[in-house]
Amino acid sequence: MEAFTTHTGRAVPLRRSNVDTDQIIPAHWLKKVTRDGFEDGLFEAWRKDGNFVLNRPERQGASVLVAGPDFGTGSSREHAVWALQNYGFKAVVSSRFADIFRGNSLKNGLLTVVLEQQVVDALWALTEADPTVEVTVDLEARQVRAGGITADFELDENARWRLLNGLDDISLTLQNEADIAAYEAARPVFKPRTIAA
Amino acid sequence: MGRTLAEKVWDDHVVRRAEGEPDLLFIDLHLLHEVTSPQAFDGLRQAGRPVRRLDLTIATEDHNTPTLDIDKPIADPVSRAQLETLRKNCADFGVRLHPLGDVEQGVVHVVGPQLGLTQPGTTVVCGDSHTSTHGAFGALAFGIGTSQVEHVLATQTLPLARPKTMAITVEGELPDEVTAKDLILAIIARIGTGGGQGYILEYRGSAIEKLSMEARMTICNMSIEAGARAGMIAPDATTFDYLKGRDHAPEGEDWDAAVAYWKTLRSDDDAVFDAEVVIDATELAPFVTWGTNPGQGAPLSASVPDPASYEDASERHAAEKALEYMGLTAGQPLRDINVDTVFVGSCTNGRIEDLRNAASILDGRKVARGVRMLVVPGSVRVALQAVSEGLDKVFTEAGAEWRHAGCSMCLGMNPDQLAPGERSASTSNRNFEGRQGKGGRTHLVSPQVAAATAVLGHLASPADLSDARTPTGVR
Repeated sequence: MEAFTTHTGRAVPLRRSNVDTDQIIPAHWLKKVTRDGFEDGLFEAWRKDGNFVLNRPERQGASVLVAGPDFGTGSSREHAVWALQNYGFKAVVSSRFADIFRGNSLKNGLLTVVLEQQVVDALWALTEADPTVEVTVDLEARQVRAGGITADFELDENARWRLLNGLDDISLTLQNEADIAAYEAARPVFKPRTIAA
Repeated sequence: MGRTLAEKVWDDHVVRRAEGEPDLLFIDLHLLHEVTSPQAFDGLRQAGRPVRRLDLTIATEDHNTPTLDIDKPIADPVSRAQLETLRKNCADFGVRLHPLGDVEQGVVHVVGPQLGLTQPGTTVVCGDSHTSTHGAFGALAFGIGTSQVEHVLATQTLPLARPKTMAITVEGELPDEVTAKDLILAIIARIGTGGGQGYILEYRGSAIEKLSMEARMTICNMSIEAGARAGMIAPDATTFDYLKGRDHAPEGEDWDAAVAYWKTLRSDDDAVFDAEVVIDATELAPFVTWGTNPGQGAPLSASVPDPASYEDASERHAAEKALEYMGLTAGQPLRDINVDTVFVGSCTNGRIEDLRNAASILDGRKVARGVRMLVVPGSVRVALQAVSEGLDKVFTEAGAEWRHAGCSMCLGMNPDQLAPGERSASTSNRNFEGRQGKGGRTHLVSPQVAAATAVLGHLASPADLSDARTPTGVR
């Protein structure tokens, strides 16, 4: 995973709540068997509308998505995270994220930042009034800064440490091989098996 | 202090607990399908890692599979390639696979329970958000992303922060015509699509205890639509009866030991939930959605709401957008909404009891002119059972299409899709924009409402059917 320390970029204000992962990347894109090449599928249906915020010339090259509450609901498809990253987003700000989406994003180094809706409203107003304004998402300081706005955000220390260092979860877990083996040895025999061991 | 059901199952799976770290949880059962696994297998290959526990892993094909002409090569080359990738991955790594054409093939969340692999007190994961279905057995079951699929393949564990717990207590008797689907749609409308976020829900109370396993699976299946990490129901005699004798259920002494353990899997009387919601079952009615998320629902007797009636600005905006997309007008009675397509199936309502319920309404009746009705069993086993009961004949004589097992029109990854502007009554779980096909409009309903709607051509419940009929009596 790519490490995330701090990122500064222009924003895309997305004034929609309940942006489900079917909107982020429609199902027909899920037939691909790679982790890349999803950028053209990002918000595919909405992008057919020339006025959709992502299509506006002033939003080209923006890398921080500022969305309404309950972003990433629905399907567990990690393709939603890959599509956002493939397109060029480094961070997503919302007042509330769906659990699975949030987990997926942190596994891939896409920073999901939870801020109060009031702050999201302020970021929307700021970046709509001036599309050139840059938003800084600082994971070391756990702070978002843009124009006159400064807002602290929470992220648990363990997740932050893994992101800052770009650590691979599987390698970390395998360091606990002895614990896993001990647990396996003590499992009840009645537990189901898909095939004879 | 006592513990909740979720806490007991969680505690029994902690491999390692350390200050400042998420718990490392052991996974008892890992279900795979073609859509969310290819990149995970690639990751294993790149790192030179094997699948740690092949005996706790099983795969099937469901999302892409066609429901017609399954003996012919799959027409869509991209879908075919994805299925071939799963077959190659399973062959290379040694994973048990039930491919299209196999008698155990079907929607992954129908297959696990019917094989008896889903058992009380187990942890079950799958790269699919509707893994919450398996919580109906008192399992801790949740959807994961592809990175986590790879993690489980490699380690049979997942590092996870323990969610909070929420009790959803449903007391009283469900009125006639009110099904598990109506109940869960009403719960989601009540707590919202984010209401369960960060929680494991436990459904309990006298109304839940009376439900069959199929109905319990329908409820737990849609926990994710309330944003919850998982949904659970304490195992009881209904659960044990369902499991007894299934392929992978324990036998003999193992069965006795298992049941003794399973009986301990109840929230203690003094357990404290982080939140509780109480629902009066007697007040419920058939429930349908009018909007573009599963929380935007109302009793069938109601009208399309006026967005102006929402105090919350973002909810108001969402309702406006939803009505625009759905082509509906505030104040329009829900019963006046005409549909083009009716879909019965999915991991929510594609089990034998669901098909029986839909067939009991359709028996001796006809699907309305101009309405297309698809009946897609959740698995080959469900299809075979339905055929043995003559349900397929009931459907085809009514004018519905009887299809092969799979996810089908729930998400339209195969050719079963709505055309732009087409409207469906669907027993599936998501009414998102474009979910069933670009521009398609979805109303989520129970199998009974789906069948009545098919007959009348507009959203309806069985009570609306006053016509005389001549049941074929094949069952």
